[in-house]
Amino acid sequence: MLIIDSDKCTACGVCESSCAFGAISVRGDCAVASDSCTLCGACVENCPEHALRIATVEKQLQADLSEYAGVMVFVEYRHGKIAPVSYELLGIGRKLADQRGVGLSAVLPGGSVGTLVQSLIVAGADVVLLAEHPMLEQFREDLYASILEMVIRERRPEVVLAGATSIGRSVIPYVATAIGAGLTADCTRLEIRKEDGMLLQTRPAFGGNIMATIECPQTRPQMATVRPKVMAPAEPDASRSGEVIRIQIPPELLQSNIDVIETVVNTEDHVNIQEFETLVAGGRGLDSAKGFALIRELAAELGGAVAASRAAVDAGWIPYPHQVGQTGKTVSPKLYIACGISGAVQHAVGMQSAEIVVAINRDKDAPIFDLATYGVVGDLYEVVPRLIQRLQESRG
Amino acid sequence: MMKILVCVKQVPDAKDVRLDPKTNTLAREGVESIMNPYDRHALEEAVAIKESQGGTVTVVTMGPPQAETVLRESIACGADEGVLISDRAFAGADTWATSYTLARAVETLGGFDLIVCGKQAIDGDTAQVGPGLACRLRVPYAACVQKTRQVSAQAIEVERMMDDGYDVLRLPLPALLTVVKDINEPRVASLKGKMRAKQAKIRQLSAADIGADPQCIGLTGSPTKVVRVFSPEPRGDRTIFSGSVDEQVDQLVACLKALI
Repeated sequence: MLIIDSDKCTACGVCESSCAFGAISVRGDCAVASDSCTLCGACVENCPEHALRIATVEKQLQADLSEYAGVMVFVEYRHGKIAPVSYELLGIGRKLADQRGVGLSAVLPGGSVGTLVQSLIVAGADVVLLAEHPMLEQFREDLYASILEMVIRERRPEVVLAGATSIGRSVIPYVATAIGAGLTADCTRLEIRKEDGMLLQTRPAFGGNIMATIECPQTRPQMATVRPKVMAPAEPDASRSGEVIRIQIPPELLQSNIDVIETVVNTEDHVNIQEFETLVAGGRGLDSAKGFALIRELAAELGGAVAASRAAVDAGWIPYPHQVGQTGKTVSPKLYIACGISGAVQHAVGMQSAEIVVAINRDKDAPIFDLATYGVVGDLYEVVPRLIQRLQESRG
Repeated sequence: MMKILVCVKQVPDAKDVRLDPKTNTLAREGVESIMNPYDRHALEEAVAIKESQGGTVTVVTMGPPQAETVLRESIACGADEGVLISDRAFAGADTWATSYTLARAVETLGGFDLIVCGKQAIDGDTAQVGPGLACRLRVPYAACVQKTRQVSAQAIEVERMMDDGYDVLRLPLPALLTVVKDINEPRVASLKGKMRAKQAKIRQLSAADIGADPQCIGLTGSPTKVVRVFSPEPRGDRTIFSGSVDEQVDQLVACLKALI
């Protein structure tokens, strides 16, 4: 619980304004916490008098943490291919493993995946743990979870990374719960603390308006999901060699409760905006669905794709696959043109790794300009047509 | 007769919460507590299934006493009863401790045929509690369900959203679903519903009531600890053009020349 030292408290009120839950307030000459307190610690950190602390029940350690070593990546396979995020995870996984002086393993469940193992070694894996069986060709939560749980219990990695994709976000929380490990979703930064080798996991919270750094001091493995396009894959190194271990899967782990009746791949309106080098994005400032016609025109002119903010998607102007941000996709194109997007951090976390950001907004104080490489202050309905015209001219 | 359970959460309206980069404190003026938007869709789906199959919808929430509001709101929108799992000892729970607490409560309340949760809560956006709860209860589950195709007393057939489309799954009951917003359009509370909500008796469960192990709940039971909160960093060098629209566009095109 939150302990307030009334001798130290000066009733300055900093705690009150640091609480997202309105759970602490100054009453008379001392701060008082209410039932809404979530023990997030924001007030403790901000208190200039060090009058606050959080007391917890003494917890027994789960096990000897030193028994856990190595970094493990859950490799995602679907429709004959390995998801690009898996190579990105091997990229960051390699860095973390090198800093810790440990090995990097890749777990690959799938139907017929044997031919894909070499690409994982080339991308940084020291060991590939291959779980190959026809029952694993399609994603089934229960089978994937059981196999991952078994592999983690046997190999005892200190870190497990997975993609924050539909598959990763579905199966990994189940696995973490089963083994009693801490799991941090959607990390945008992962680093090893030099002093004690702890994995520091940074992620957006509160719709991306705040960043939080999280650690798992008492449990192993330390588990994290990372969204696609947040980490960079390592440069492929064909000279790398590695070991391939075929996992013996007990038959009872291949009994599924889940019947996969059909798998449907959307072709209609299924542009993966993550694959484009240029994105033109529209937001609330478009004022209507019709505005996207203009956005499409500019995107076509630049050979790019159309993206959108949550506001535009929530308004029903454009379907969800186009959404960029904390609750949409993360993108890292060479050029990102934000039109009529205010730039709430919810949006920013999805596009801040773009190389060049152009912001077009009539409000010169819009936060999007803090994220922009170039900013044009003006009405997008004047700016964008003019921009299209100039681009056409410059092409002759 | 289906027994359906819906898990809901009261959250601060996340889009209004931000850190003041100068003072590193949270600007919270006018931030309201609302029912997590995804949970509204979970509730709607549960009520719709109840209406087609017959049965009951129980809504649970873990939170402070004032989270009772979202339970009454749920009753107004068609739920039969609300259960508040509340105890100071639950404070600071991460997703692991939350799924433990919810599972203990579900076991205390008795078996359910179907459990429906929102995909994620907008304050944390983790999407971890639903699958975690399925693990605790050892029931099959589907995350990010966009459509219920068929329900019977034995099984449920759903469309589960994937990154490149969707899968059609059949799960035997009891099962757990987490739902996305596309699944339905939540109803507005009726006047009759509002009256019922006002009069409804909300059952309360404490840590002792659900037989929770103190080692597994709240901050103590949480494997993950938040060690720092901060504002995202702004971009380094930037150029904001000035002048007329035409002048600004000309400058922009000149700057982008190398790229396009």
